Amino acid sequence: MRAAVIVFPGSNCDRDMAVALKNAGADVHMVWHKDTDLPDNLDVVAIPGGFSFGDYLRVGAIAARSPITQSVIAHANRGGYVFGVCNGFQVLTETGLLPGALLRNAGLKYICRHVELTVETTNSAFTTGYAQGQGITIPIAHHDGNYNLDAEGVRALEDQDRIAFRYVDNPNGSVGNIAGVLSENRRVLGMMPHPERLAEEAHGGTDGRPFFAGLMDQVVGA
Amino acid sequence: MKARVYVMLKNGVLDPQGDAVRHALGALGFDGVNGVRQGKVIELDLADQDAATAQATVTEMCEKLLANTVIESYKIEIE
Repeated sequence: MRAAVIVFPGSNCDRDMAVALKNAGADVHMVWHKDTDLPDNLDVVAIPGGFSFGDYLRVGAIAARSPITQSVIAHANRGGYVFGVCNGFQVLTETGLLPGALLRNAGLKYICRHVELTVETTNSAFTTGYAQGQGITIPIAHHDGNYNLDAEGVRALEDQDRIAFRYVDNPNGSVGNIAGVLSENRRVLGMMPHPERLAEEAHGGTDGRPFFAGLMDQVVGA
Repeated sequence: MKARVYVMLKNGVLDPQGDAVRHALGALGFDGVNGVRQGKVIELDLADQDAATAQATVTEMCEKLLANTVIESYKIEIE
């Protein structure tokens, strides 16, 4: 599996993401935001967490208009796999590849702690490593994780089984306790929690590992 | 010429910051504030051009970058 991790000014989870992908067996390429082309024969693009462009204007807004992001959008439109974690999720909603928007947490505070999630669907490359309805613990670290989408949009996500993860105990005010969503073709995923931060024993837990292992299996097996 | 863009969260989109400001005003003794919405103002210094062209250009800027129309509305003033 060939994977790219996009690095924006202000990304700070890019190397953690690269380690998690490498440990799952991926051949990982770091790609700077001013590059215009992704590596050839790429399977997966990861947009990491952080504070791209200092969260100026809106979270993820400037990164979503970076040169490389246009190639990421083209990769997604060709049916390539793309996932964004935390700031990466914010970037993906700003590009329009995923519906909705991430607003300031309802409690206005930056939250950094482990949360419990429920795996809502295993029907995606990103969630196939888990069991349907499985409870997992994954860290969150965000100020703007309050997922906002109109009622009609939420219904569409539910009808199409596109909610990947929900919070057991909603930390940030997200509509429908939604923690992660999938695109219509199920190959683009955005989520606020950080699976790369709980992917090996030394992290204190491995609930994030099946995310990467499942993705690897799906892409290599395909 | 100058253009001023007002960006606000759409009605119906919860504004926790505005709400916190409303509570703080109440704590300071300002009664009767039923609601507070917080937005932003973006001032653009544009090369001289006719107002209609500027309006069209700034509208495109809003649609492409300055506002996220999923959650925000915008208003443009050209001076």
